[in-house]
Amino acid sequence: MTTTSRDEILRRVRQALGDQPGTTPDPTTIPRTYQTTHATRTPEQRTHLLADNLTDYRAHVHHTDTTALPTTIARLLTDHGTRSAVIPPGVPTDWLSATTGIHIHHDHGELTAHQLDTIDTVITGCALAIAETGTIVLDTSPDQGRRILTLVPDHHICIINTPTQVVDSLPQALPHLDPTHPLTWISGPSATSDIELDRVEGVHGPRTLDVILIHDNRD
Amino acid sequence: MSRTHLGLPTFPQAARLSTRDEQLRANLRHATSTIRTKRATATSELSDWPQLRAAGAAIKDHTLHHLDHYLEQLETAVTTAGGTVHWAIDADDANRIITDLIHATGESEVVKVKSMATQETGLNEALTQAGITAYETDLAELIVQLDNDRPSHILVPAIHKNRTQIRDIFHTRMGAWGRPAPDDLTDTPADLAEAARLHLREKFLRTKVAISGANFMIAETGTMVVLESEGNGRMCLTLPDTLITLVGIEKTIPTWRDLEVFLQTLPRSSTAERMNPYTTTWTGTTLGDGPQTFHLVLLDNGRTDTLADTTGRQALRCIRCSACLNVCPVYERAGGHAYGTPYPGPIGAILTPQLHGTTTPLNASLPYASTLCGACYDVCPVAINIPEVLVHLRERITQGGPTTTNGTKTTIKPAKRHTTERTTMRTAAWTLNHPAAWTATQRLTTRTRALHPRRLPGKTARAWTATRDLPPVPARTFRDWWQHRDADAKDTPQ
Repeated sequence: MTTTSRDEILRRVRQALGDQPGTTPDPTTIPRTYQTTHATRTPEQRTHLLADNLTDYRAHVHHTDTTALPTTIARLLTDHGTRSAVIPPGVPTDWLSATTGIHIHHDHGELTAHQLDTIDTVITGCALAIAETGTIVLDTSPDQGRRILTLVPDHHICIINTPTQVVDSLPQALPHLDPTHPLTWISGPSATSDIELDRVEGVHGPRTLDVILIHDNRD
Repeated sequence: MSRTHLGLPTFPQAARLSTRDEQLRANLRHATSTIRTKRATATSELSDWPQLRAAGAAIKDHTLHHLDHYLEQLETAVTTAGGTVHWAIDADDANRIITDLIHATGESEVVKVKSMATQETGLNEALTQAGITAYETDLAELIVQLDNDRPSHILVPAIHKNRTQIRDIFHTRMGAWGRPAPDDLTDTPADLAEAARLHLREKFLRTKVAISGANFMIAETGTMVVLESEGNGRMCLTLPDTLITLVGIEKTIPTWRDLEVFLQTLPRSSTAERMNPYTTTWTGTTLGDGPQTFHLVLLDNGRTDTLADTTGRQALRCIRCSACLNVCPVYERAGGHAYGTPYPGPIGAILTPQLHGTTTPLNASLPYASTLCGACYDVCPVAINIPEVLVHLRERITQGGPTTTNGTKTTIKPAKRHTTERTTMRTAAWTLNHPAAWTATQRLTTRTRALHPRRLPGKTARAWTATRDLPPVPARTFRDWWQHRDADAKDTPQ
């Protein structure tokens, strides 16, 4: 039997590492002297930084509370000129209680890419948000749905509960995320730097990203 | 087999032409100076940048030193999560595996996410020969593909084109590949991006097979990570039924936690952003979400040969950010095409000769495509000492020595083209080892200083001084001054 590419690659790796002692690797020995967060912040400061960084990358940030959320969503849909919207199965129906005159699709896994291409807006929650980088992470939980939902429509409204869903930094975010779920990390709307290395917004993903921050303990 | 062919001009030959292209020079100067300033700002936001850089290097070194272990762990994790793992010893092996996988789906067209690994293997050409059309979906790759051009930058393959040139390419070429550009297309970047969006959307919605690379593969979980900006990556990773991902074996990292380092350093080093707009991570397949068939093709293609070189293996830490290209004075003036390979700039000058050997004149010229100024080392987010490896490779080319080729340890002979350099160095070494000879040489040199030419005679020596001034020789040698310093002091009035 001829040697497979797998066996040959592993043989070459082992031959190449002849100078290395063949011990069982222990990744916990890697020195990690970097910081787990770049500042100590109050929950309000953390949310404020998230809003600043989202805005810096051209996401539109809106502040509201649970009671006023349906009105905020209705206003954003009207402002965008939305005629049809899609929501994943876990989005509470009362989020849309103030919305009228718009066709709402409830996704249960059957909408095709072509159908979604005719839908204006998607409304979702999120897994968490990272203040220092202005990043929202979606993990396909029921309030976020299949990845295709937040990709094909041109307008994404994303709702974040503050301060509970906001972490400071990347090192604080990763332990909360489950890599066995497909994850989508979003930092501002679709953009490109491919023309003269200058960032312009709006290529294939949603070109408008509305982020609603819910503050329920505001005085 | 690589895309580096015997017939390609050496770096100096290609650079002699490209440096005369004033449009190219202007485009590169504009783009690289823009990104240099932005990168400096983005990295200065993080007070622990040196620690992140050190951790990035340490994670990569740790993985490389146990690469066999981590590759087997990765294979098990991907397989458990519903993926299929293939191993490709070289470019032909990888192209054959991928072609067979596409044929098995019955499809004849694929969408592609920008991937350096597929550039390296020449996958698009192999697919064309097999009757499969590959659509590049990254904006810059699309520009290059429409123009039948070659990429000139790792991150922005069309960096050598300005907005007006891109508008013209879209105007004349888009129609041949699908939806044409609108007649009134302007050269504003937003309009150009819109034209690309419309052109590619029908391809995303229709195509059943996608090909991608990956920035990282996580051994403990079997997770693939792709960082991108435009959303074309998400389209390719989400919409098709079948996903084929080709990744170099050195892209492995041990744990999920390791992303906390690279997701901070890679976006800031490449596009100078706190975070790139989109990152997708996936593990095998997920019922009801995304491609239901996932193939991972692990590529060697010279990486294990590189790993065998204890000085040169640090090149395998590279996370393809392209910061070294953007700061390199040679890259900025010569452009990416002069390097003749998919990996241009300082990292290409050390990666290509190691992946594919130094037997071609082009590859043997690449370690010399540098002034050794060290700017590339300074900006590298995984601290690859590029100047050190450049000098190491120059030594190997001029003096020969042990190396590994296709998994076999071998000794390469000194290159024929460097005989003058070798003779000079050998003579210098002998003289420096014989104090009497050295003193006599120095004395002769200082006494005849008035007669020294500004340019050296002889073909090779003249070539050297064509772009350099000979250093002026002082009237006295240091030894002479040292021996007579007491007498000199007495002569000097207090």
